[in-house]
Amino acid sequence: MNAAEPLLRVRGLTKHFPVRSGLRSRGLLRAVDGLDFDVRPGETLGLVGESGCGKSTTGRLLVRLLEPTAGTIEFAGRDITHARRRELRPLRQDLQIIFQDPYASLNPRHTVGRIVAMPLQVNGIDPPGGVKARVRELLELVGLNPEHYNRYPHEFSGGQRQRIGIARALALRPRLIVADEPVSALDVSIQAQVVNLLRDLQRDLGLAFVFIAHDLAVVRHFCQRVAVMYLGRIVEIGDRDDIYQRPRHPYTRALLSAIPDVGALGPAGRIRLTGEVPTPLDPPSGCRFRTRCPRAQEVCAREEPTLVTRDDARQAAACHFPEAGPPTPSHPDAAGPGGAVVDATPAGDGAGRLDGNAGEVAR
Amino acid sequence: MDSPQAAPPGPPDAHPDAPGTPDDRRPAVPQPRVDDEPYLRVDDLRVRFDTADGVVRAVDGVSFTVRRGRTLGIVGESGSGKSVTSLAVLGLHDPRRSTVTGRITVGGRQLVGLPEDRIRRLRGRDVAMIFQDPLSALHPYYTVGRQIAEAYRVHHPRAGRRAARTRAVDMLDRVGIPQPARRYDQYPHEFSGGMRQRAMIAMALVNDPALIIADEPTTALDVTVQAQILDLLADLQAEFHTAIVLITHDLGVVAQVTDDVLVMYAGRVVEQGSATQVLRRAQHPYTWGLLSSVPSLHGDPDADLVPIPGNPPSLIHLPPGCAFHPRCRYAGDRSRAEVPRLVPTGADGHLVACHLPPDERTRLAAGALSERRLP
Amino acid sequence: MSVSPVDPAALAETGTGPGGDRSGAGFVGRSPGQLAWARLRRDRTGLVSGAMLVFFVLVALAVPLIEWAYGVGPREQFQSRLDGFGMPLGYAGGVTGEHWFGLEPGLGRDIFIRLVHGLRTSLFIAVAAAVTTAVIGVVLGTVAGYLGGWVDAVVNWVTDLTLAMPFLIIALALTPTLALRFYGQRDEVPAAFQIGVLIAVFALFGWTSTARLVRGQVIALREREFVEAARASGAGLGHMLFRQLLPNLWAPILVSFSLAVPAYVTGEAALSFIGVGLTDATPSFGRMIYRSLDYLQTDPAYVFFPGVTIFALVFAFNLFGDALRDALDPKSSR
Repeated sequence: MNAAEPLLRVRGLTKHFPVRSGLRSRGLLRAVDGLDFDVRPGETLGLVGESGCGKSTTGRLLVRLLEPTAGTIEFAGRDITHARRRELRPLRQDLQIIFQDPYASLNPRHTVGRIVAMPLQVNGIDPPGGVKARVRELLELVGLNPEHYNRYPHEFSGGQRQRIGIARALALRPRLIVADEPVSALDVSIQAQVVNLLRDLQRDLGLAFVFIAHDLAVVRHFCQRVAVMYLGRIVEIGDRDDIYQRPRHPYTRALLSAIPDVGALGPAGRIRLTGEVPTPLDPPSGCRFRTRCPRAQEVCAREEPTLVTRDDARQAAACHFPEAGPPTPSHPDAAGPGGAVVDATPAGDGAGRLDGNAGEVAR
Repeated sequence: MDSPQAAPPGPPDAHPDAPGTPDDRRPAVPQPRVDDEPYLRVDDLRVRFDTADGVVRAVDGVSFTVRRGRTLGIVGESGSGKSVTSLAVLGLHDPRRSTVTGRITVGGRQLVGLPEDRIRRLRGRDVAMIFQDPLSALHPYYTVGRQIAEAYRVHHPRAGRRAARTRAVDMLDRVGIPQPARRYDQYPHEFSGGMRQRAMIAMALVNDPALIIADEPTTALDVTVQAQILDLLADLQAEFHTAIVLITHDLGVVAQVTDDVLVMYAGRVVEQGSATQVLRRAQHPYTWGLLSSVPSLHGDPDADLVPIPGNPPSLIHLPPGCAFHPRCRYAGDRSRAEVPRLVPTGADGHLVACHLPPDERTRLAAGALSERRLP
Repeated sequence: MSVSPVDPAALAETGTGPGGDRSGAGFVGRSPGQLAWARLRRDRTGLVSGAMLVFFVLVALAVPLIEWAYGVGPREQFQSRLDGFGMPLGYAGGVTGEHWFGLEPGLGRDIFIRLVHGLRTSLFIAVAAAVTTAVIGVVLGTVAGYLGGWVDAVVNWVTDLTLAMPFLIIALALTPTLALRFYGQRDEVPAAFQIGVLIAVFALFGWTSTARLVRGQVIALREREFVEAARASGAGLGHMLFRQLLPNLWAPILVSFSLAVPAYVTGEAALSFIGVGLTDATPSFGRMIYRSLDYLQTDPAYVFFPGVTIFALVFAFNLFGDALRDALDPKSSR
């Protein structure tokens, strides 16, 4: 891992939205509530969680589409938390965003060429060889036909539109890209194309990524480090292998075991979480996950756990009673149903998944 | 799955207490009884839409059967025709803008061409639908309970208001909604996403339908909630002895809950068989492609995914021959010229529509599937 | 059971983009505007009403030419062709080869040439008023919608205030007062001034609907990710409003414009009819219809020609506006 200075340093990042329903009842929607994390140059950090966990708000805070309520964002050593538009301008070139919806993220009245050239135009940049040449180069880079320069977005399929959005984000040669669910609106076969494209770009251009997703399997294929969010907080953060093979936080474990796996036929013997994510208008006291946590005890309601590295673990988890061992597999072949602690199958292993030949598991 | 040619249609409830075929993959949950006769039989279904840009052949000759107590998964990407198929089963296509041909037999009654009021009597009573987005499927200005009670009274005109209410509260309770009597009087916006989907399921089940069509029922939900809903559907199926058609793009969901699988591409079935056959011994290059492009929690995370190249075709300008040939690396001259027919692979009930010779296909299948990132 | 989401779902699934499979079929992109034009050309109602509009506009533009060719001026009186009661001689209000639409009873002026002049006046007032209201409405609506906050509150407040003002009473009070203020009792009020006042009155009251429409559109667009993408690239207000938002507002602006013009045509006629708009010196639809009502029984042909013309003009505009909306936004109506 790169030991250099972090490119992005986030401390105590908080975003509260005031909520008015009707004339009276006011409240605060605690979308993001005190995040700390770093992203080093060329590193990919995955931000995962269910809807309402604040991951998309975080992404928009990072590129300053939203104004943080509290906390600091430092980019390349400069505090950009409350920088004005003019001050941000040089940083905009280093910090770009890719959006989820390939239909809403492209202006339907602009040609592809104009869309991709927009960041250059807005910042008054005239690249060597001209804007048009640069746009063609970008289109080629993301696997599109540069001859499609004069076409309109409606003439492209979802995957191609997402490539246009990526080309636009690359136009200014950024150092960090925030990708907000870039593949979740795409079909499976197209999703893999775009993930591979992003991986190639990350490798070839040395880009750092904050990759926001709800799909843990996609994140596993893209990110070196992973932060799991729940109700505006990071509950666990660490290197990919630690998170996926030795998750400590019960929420991470539940999330991992809830993913239906193609390789495992039949009903899952997963950790069953009851209920749904509570409203961020009124998060539970103490640990926010305690209302759904199979291990919650009385102390969890009183004290909010801090995000710390404990015992021999390498990742930090915010839990009073972190678990150890490999995750509960999302299929019934290995573990008993709903077991919080799992028998000792080797890490990352799981029997009964697709094994190529006629390896069907007899039940 | 039964091959569509076999077994004549028969009344579904002819043997209501017939011993179900033991399902060997579900020891943990209650045993669903499985009928011998298919409840839903679709033969050579074709759905066309006439648009300003040309004729869209959304579904082009699809056949399948589902028995009570079994779950059929229809898998495909957008534009594959999977949703159009399910809507046709409910007779929900506007006859002014679409042409539906073929045979759809539900519980022995043929639906295609039936007048709207006859189909409407079936809809909701014998066949119920669960939509992807419960918020748009529930009326925002009526309480959830009232909508369920209304759905009951439509098919039970003699049931009183109170009886309908009791029934609705029972159903809310049955689908795991806490405090059902209080929840009865709440509006859809007061429900969370998962609760809304549970309410939709309660509404679908209120008339004890024999067939449920679930169109991407968990796509809009978080994974932990999705897990709850899938469990609920499996439990309810065992209890109510329903046939389920589950439409999804998520192969993980298919692997988890379905007995049989239909893989669709550009309006046609490219492969069908039991879940084990399709997911473990897939024979069609498109199925291989789907399986290998899904990111997995296992295997080498640093290896590239293996996507299917290219983009799905336009249904108006379908490629000649096998519609998948422009994206298929095994396509030959025959694939470009001739539409492959769905033929048995040799394994019981496993059908595939591909021009590759069977032995070569089997050989390639082993290779294609081992490309998956295995530990 | 709700069955509402059926057709959108079905169509959404079939709506795969054409980009993938025909990438070899030339690289000429069809812009949304070109697509709308193609749809408009397939719409027969749109074509016929559009042709009628083009005809009306051409007539209005060619008034001096028509007058020269026709050889009769709008103020010329042909008393010799009236009978002792001031009624035109001959059939159908005096229709002859020289006076195509006959003559006015009383003054004996040529109806055809007055109608052509009236068309020009009415169209000019209506188009000018529609352009003014569109500009005011678009500017206020865009700014309010995009900036939100107190700007939005103020614009909304002014909109509500304007809507609360009684149009007719203010028009009735304002027009004579202004004429009195600038020209006194004796001087003749020039036609240009009257026309200007009419346009101003329409503009003052007409911008609210456009502003509301545009504001709503902008609020919807503001949440779209392409707007966020431009902001994330550091785009300023000007770029946001003119480059990103405005191109997406042309459709509603054009439609509301094409529906505003006929409203102002009838509005001008109504105001002139009750005597607040133009005077008799300037030929206009309103004055003609007003005068013709005195002869409704004795000379029905006099009311017929201006009535039919104004009806055809307004009808064509409204039909065209509907066709335009269908072409620009195919999902709205069907």
